[in-house]
Amino acid sequence: MGIPTCKEVHRLASEQLDRPLSLTEKLRMRAHLLACDACRTFNAQLAVMRKAMRGLPAINDTEKKADEL
Amino acid sequence: MPATRPPIAAPELESLRPALLRFALLQLRDQALAEDVVQDTLIAVLEKPDSFAGHASLRTYVTAILKYKIIDALRAGKRIRQLDTGDEQADAELIDVLFTAAGHVRDAPQAWADPAATLQQQDFFRVLEICLEKLPAKTARIFMMREWLELETDEICKELAISPSNAWVMLYRARLHLRACLDLNWFGQQSASR
Repeated sequence: MGIPTCKEVHRLASEQLDRPLSLTEKLRMRAHLLACDACRTFNAQLAVMRKAMRGLPAINDTEKKADEL
Repeated sequence: MPATRPPIAAPELESLRPALLRFALLQLRDQALAEDVVQDTLIAVLEKPDSFAGHASLRTYVTAILKYKIIDALRAGKRIRQLDTGDEQADAELIDVLFTAAGHVRDAPQAWADPAATLQQQDFFRVLEICLEKLPAKTARIFMMREWLELETDEICKELAISPSNAWVMLYRARLHLRACLDLNWFGQQSASR
Protein backbone atom coordinates (compact mmCIF):
# COMPACT_ATOMS: atom_id res chain seq x y z
CA MET A 1 0.00 0.00 0.00
CA GLY A 2 1.70 3.21 -1.05
CA ILE A 3 0.15 6.62 -1.27
CA PRO A 4 -3.37 6.24 -2.62
CA THR A 5 -3.91 7.39 -6.19
CA CYS A 6 -6.64 9.73 -7.40
CA LYS A 7 -8.34 6.73 -8.94
CA GLU A 8 -8.56 4.99 -5.57
CA VAL A 9 -9.62 8.16 -3.76
CA HIS A 10 -12.35 8.96 -6.30
CA ARG A 11 -13.76 5.54 -5.71
CA LEU A 12 -13.58 5.88 -1.93
CA ALA A 13 -15.27 9.28 -2.17
CA SER A 14 -18.19 7.53 -3.83
CA GLU A 15 -18.22 4.46 -1.59
CA GLN A 16 -18.33 6.50 1.60
CA LEU A 17 -21.83 7.49 0.51
CA ASP A 18 -22.90 3.84 0.45
CA ARG A 19 -20.97 2.16 3.25
CA PRO A 20 -18.86 3.13 6.25
CA LEU A 21 -15.20 3.26 5.25
CA SER A 22 -12.65 1.40 7.34
CA LEU A 23 -10.32 3.43 9.50
CA THR A 24 -7.45 2.72 7.11
CA GLU A 25 -9.50 3.83 4.14
CA LYS A 26 -10.50 7.02 5.93
CA LEU A 27 -6.93 7.85 6.81
CA ARG A 28 -5.66 7.14 3.31
CA MET A 29 -8.38 9.27 1.82
CA ARG A 30 -7.83 12.13 4.24
CA ALA A 31 -4.09 12.16 3.60
CA HIS A 32 -4.64 12.28 -0.14
CA LEU A 33 -7.31 14.99 0.05
CA LEU A 34 -4.98 17.27 1.99
CA ALA A 35 -2.62 17.28 -0.95
CA CYS A 36 -4.97 16.98 -3.91
CA ASP A 37 -7.25 19.76 -5.18
CA ALA A 38 -8.78 17.60 -7.87
CA CYS A 39 -10.00 14.95 -5.46
CA ARG A 40 -11.22 17.54 -2.96
CA THR A 41 -13.28 19.15 -5.70
CA PHE A 42 -14.65 15.80 -6.82
CA ASN A 43 -15.55 14.90 -3.25
CA ALA A 44 -17.40 18.19 -2.79
CA GLN A 45 -19.27 17.68 -6.05
CA LEU A 46 -20.51 14.28 -4.94
CA ALA A 47 -21.89 15.94 -1.81
CA VAL A 48 -23.70 18.52 -3.96
CA MET A 49 -25.18 15.75 -6.08
CA ARG A 50 -26.45 13.85 -3.06
CA LYS A 51 -28.02 16.98 -1.66
CA ALA A 52 -29.63 17.69 -5.00
CA MET A 53 -31.07 14.19 -5.32
CA ARG A 54 -32.41 14.10 -1.79
CA GLY A 55 -34.00 17.49 -2.30
CA LEU A 56 -35.29 16.79 -5.79
CA PRO A 57 -38.40 18.93 -5.56
CA ALA A 58 -40.90 16.95 -7.45
CA ILE A 59 -40.80 16.93 -11.17
CA ASN A 60 -39.76 19.92 -13.10
CA ASP A 61 -41.82 21.07 -15.97
CA THR A 62 -41.95 24.33 -17.79
CA GLU A 63 -45.03 25.29 -15.82
CA LYS A 64 -43.20 24.54 -12.61
CA LYS A 65 -42.21 28.12 -11.90
CA ALA A 66 -45.78 29.29 -12.09
CA ASP A 67 -47.12 26.97 -9.43
CA GLU A 68 -44.21 27.13 -7.04
CA LEU A 69 -43.55 29.93 -4.67
CA MET B 1 -59.01 18.90 9.61
CA PRO B 2 -59.02 22.64 9.05
CA ALA B 3 -61.83 23.82 6.83
CA THR B 4 -59.42 26.04 4.92
CA ARG B 5 -57.62 23.09 3.39
CA PRO B 6 -57.48 23.61 -0.37
CA PRO B 7 -59.39 20.93 -2.27
CA ILE B 8 -57.51 18.82 -4.76
CA ALA B 9 -58.88 19.35 -8.23
CA ALA B 10 -58.91 16.25 -10.40
CA PRO B 11 -57.92 18.15 -13.57
CA GLU B 12 -54.94 19.66 -11.80
CA LEU B 13 -53.92 16.23 -10.63
CA GLU B 14 -54.38 14.80 -14.09
CA SER B 15 -52.11 17.48 -15.54
CA LEU B 16 -49.26 16.06 -13.44
CA ARG B 17 -49.59 12.62 -14.99
CA PRO B 18 -47.10 12.99 -17.89
CA ALA B 19 -44.40 14.34 -15.62
CA LEU B 20 -45.00 11.64 -13.01
CA LEU B 21 -44.84 9.00 -15.70
CA ARG B 22 -41.49 10.24 -16.94
CA PHE B 23 -40.14 10.13 -13.43
CA ALA B 24 -41.48 6.67 -12.70
CA LEU B 25 -40.02 5.44 -15.98
CA LEU B 26 -36.60 6.69 -14.94
CA GLN B 27 -36.70 4.28 -12.05
CA LEU B 28 -38.78 1.40 -13.38
CA ARG B 29 -37.84 1.40 -17.07
CA ASP B 30 -41.07 -0.40 -17.84
CA GLN B 31 -43.92 1.51 -19.44
CA ALA B 32 -46.76 -0.68 -18.17
CA LEU B 33 -45.45 -0.87 -14.62
CA ALA B 34 -44.75 2.87 -14.57
CA GLU B 35 -48.30 3.59 -15.72
CA ASP B 36 -49.70 1.33 -13.00
CA VAL B 37 -47.66 2.99 -10.29
CA VAL B 38 -48.65 6.47 -11.44
CA GLN B 39 -52.30 5.43 -11.58
CA ASP B 40 -52.08 4.05 -8.03
CA THR B 41 -50.51 7.29 -6.92
CA LEU B 42 -53.24 9.48 -8.39
CA ILE B 43 -55.96 7.27 -6.93
CA ALA B 44 -54.32 7.36 -3.51
CA VAL B 45 -54.24 11.14 -3.62
CA LEU B 46 -57.88 11.41 -4.67
CA GLU B 47 -59.03 8.89 -2.08
CA LYS B 48 -57.37 10.69 0.80
CA PRO B 49 -57.54 14.38 0.01
CA ASP B 50 -57.32 15.22 3.70
CA SER B 51 -53.74 14.00 3.85
CA PHE B 52 -52.69 16.84 1.61
CA ALA B 53 -51.98 19.48 4.20
CA GLY B 54 -51.70 22.21 1.62
CA HIS B 55 -48.33 23.41 2.88
CA ALA B 56 -46.35 21.75 0.14
CA SER B 57 -47.20 22.23 -3.51
CA LEU B 58 -49.50 19.57 -4.88
CA ARG B 59 -46.71 18.46 -7.19
CA THR B 60 -44.27 17.95 -4.32
CA TYR B 61 -46.91 16.08 -2.37
CA VAL B 62 -47.86 13.79 -5.24
CA THR B 63 -44.23 13.06 -6.07
CA ALA B 64 -43.58 12.02 -2.48
CA ILE B 65 -46.45 9.54 -2.76
CA LEU B 66 -45.15 8.30 -6.10
CA LYS B 67 -41.81 7.61 -4.45
CA TYR B 68 -43.45 5.36 -1.86
CA LYS B 69 -45.54 3.63 -4.50
CA ILE B 70 -42.36 2.82 -6.41
CA ILE B 71 -40.71 1.46 -3.27
CA ASP B 72 -43.83 -0.63 -2.62
CA ALA B 73 -43.71 -2.01 -6.14
CA LEU B 74 -40.07 -2.97 -5.72
CA ARG B 75 -40.70 -4.59 -2.35
CA ALA B 76 -43.72 -6.46 -3.67
CA GLY B 77 -41.28 -8.16 -5.98
CA LYS B 78 -42.76 -6.76 -9.16
CA ARG B 79 -39.92 -7.73 -11.37
CA ILE B 80 -38.77 -5.20 -13.82
CA ARG B 81 -37.56 -6.59 -17.11
CA GLN B 82 -33.91 -7.54 -16.99
CA LEU B 83 -31.66 -4.94 -18.46
CA ASP B 84 -28.90 -5.91 -20.79
CA THR B 85 -25.31 -5.50 -19.77
CA GLY B 86 -24.29 -3.49 -22.80
CA ASP B 87 -23.55 -0.52 -20.56
CA GLU B 88 -20.50 -2.13 -19.01
CA GLN B 89 -18.17 -1.23 -21.83
CA ALA B 90 -19.14 2.45 -21.84
CA ASP B 91 -18.78 2.58 -18.06
CA ALA B 92 -15.30 1.08 -18.11
CA GLU B 93 -14.26 3.49 -20.84
CA LEU B 94 -15.48 6.43 -18.82
CA ILE B 95 -13.21 5.46 -15.96
CA ASP B 96 -10.30 4.85 -18.32
CA VAL B 97 -10.41 8.34 -19.78
CA LEU B 98 -10.53 9.99 -16.38
CA PHE B 99 -7.26 8.64 -15.05
CA THR B 100 -3.72 8.12 -16.27
CA ALA B 101 -2.21 4.66 -16.10
CA ALA B 102 -0.61 5.75 -12.82
CA GLY B 103 -4.05 6.55 -11.40
CA HIS B 104 -3.85 10.33 -11.43
CA VAL B 105 -6.69 12.48 -12.75
CA ARG B 106 -6.07 13.63 -16.32
CA ASP B 107 -8.04 16.87 -16.11
CA ALA B 108 -8.70 18.28 -12.68
CA PRO B 109 -12.40 19.02 -12.21
CA GLN B 110 -13.32 22.68 -11.95
CA ALA B 111 -15.05 23.59 -8.72
CA TRP B 112 -18.75 24.24 -9.22
CA ALA B 113 -19.80 27.82 -8.76
CA ASP B 114 -21.93 28.36 -5.68
CA PRO B 115 -23.70 25.00 -5.48
CA ALA B 116 -25.97 26.28 -2.71
CA ALA B 117 -27.44 28.91 -5.02
CA THR B 118 -27.68 26.35 -7.80
CA LEU B 119 -29.81 24.04 -5.70
CA GLN B 120 -32.37 26.79 -5.33
CA GLN B 121 -32.84 27.12 -9.06
CA GLN B 122 -35.63 25.18 -10.70
CA ASP B 123 -33.71 25.07 -13.97
CA PHE B 124 -30.97 23.10 -12.29
CA PHE B 125 -33.34 20.29 -11.48
CA ARG B 126 -34.50 20.21 -15.08
CA VAL B 127 -30.88 19.69 -16.15
CA LEU B 128 -30.41 17.10 -13.41
CA GLU B 129 -33.43 15.20 -14.70
CA ILE B 130 -32.10 15.29 -18.27
CA CYS B 131 -28.74 14.00 -17.04
CA LEU B 132 -30.47 11.17 -15.17
CA GLU B 133 -32.28 10.21 -18.36
CA LYS B 134 -28.95 10.07 -20.17
CA LEU B 135 -27.44 7.55 -17.78
CA PRO B 136 -27.22 3.98 -19.05
CA ALA B 137 -30.48 2.30 -18.02
CA LYS B 138 -29.03 -0.11 -15.49
CA THR B 139 -26.81 2.55 -13.97
CA ALA B 140 -29.68 5.01 -13.67
CA ARG B 141 -31.85 2.47 -11.99
CA ILE B 142 -29.46 1.60 -9.20
CA PHE B 143 -28.56 5.25 -8.74
CA MET B 144 -32.22 6.22 -8.37
CA MET B 145 -32.77 3.40 -5.88
CA ARG B 146 -29.93 4.66 -3.76
CA GLU B 147 -30.24 8.42 -4.07
CA TRP B 148 -33.89 9.10 -4.77
CA LEU B 149 -35.66 6.18 -3.09
CA GLU B 150 -32.90 6.25 -0.44
CA LEU B 151 -32.67 2.47 -0.13
CA GLU B 152 -29.67 1.00 1.68
CA THR B 153 -27.14 -1.08 -0.22
CA ASP B 154 -28.32 -4.40 1.21
CA GLU B 155 -31.86 -3.86 0.02
CA ILE B 156 -30.65 -2.83 -3.43
CA CYS B 157 -28.48 -5.95 -3.58
CA LYS B 158 -31.38 -8.17 -2.64
CA GLU B 159 -33.64 -6.57 -5.22
CA LEU B 160 -31.15 -6.70 -8.07
CA ALA B 161 -29.46 -9.94 -6.98
CA ILE B 162 -25.99 -8.41 -7.05
CA SER B 163 -23.15 -8.32 -4.52
CA PRO B 164 -22.42 -5.24 -2.40
CA SER B 165 -19.13 -4.61 -4.16
CA ASN B 166 -20.93 -4.80 -7.49
CA ALA B 167 -23.45 -2.26 -6.24
CA TRP B 168 -20.73 0.11 -5.04
CA VAL B 169 -18.98 -0.02 -8.40
CA MET B 170 -22.22 0.68 -10.26
CA LEU B 171 -23.05 3.58 -7.98
CA TYR B 172 -19.56 4.95 -8.48
CA ARG B 173 -19.97 4.80 -12.24
CA ALA B 174 -23.38 6.43 -12.01
CA ARG B 175 -21.91 9.31 -10.04
CA LEU B 176 -19.07 9.72 -12.54
CA HIS B 177 -21.54 9.89 -15.42
CA LEU B 178 -23.84 12.28 -13.63
CA ARG B 179 -21.03 14.53 -12.46
CA ALA B 180 -19.67 14.78 -15.99
CA CYS B 181 -23.12 15.55 -17.40
CA LEU B 182 -23.87 18.24 -14.83
CA ASP B 183 -20.45 19.73 -15.35
CA LEU B 184 -21.00 19.97 -19.06
CA ASN B 185 -24.64 21.00 -19.17
CA TRP B 186 -25.06 23.17 -16.14
CA PHE B 187 -21.88 24.33 -14.45
CA GLY B 188 -19.86 24.49 -17.64
CA GLN B 189 -22.44 26.70 -19.29
CA GLN B 190 -22.57 28.89 -16.25
CA SER B 191 -18.90 29.68 -16.34
CA ALA B 192 -18.97 30.03 -20.13
CA SER B 193 -21.63 32.70 -19.88
CA ARG B 194 -19.74 34.71 -17.33
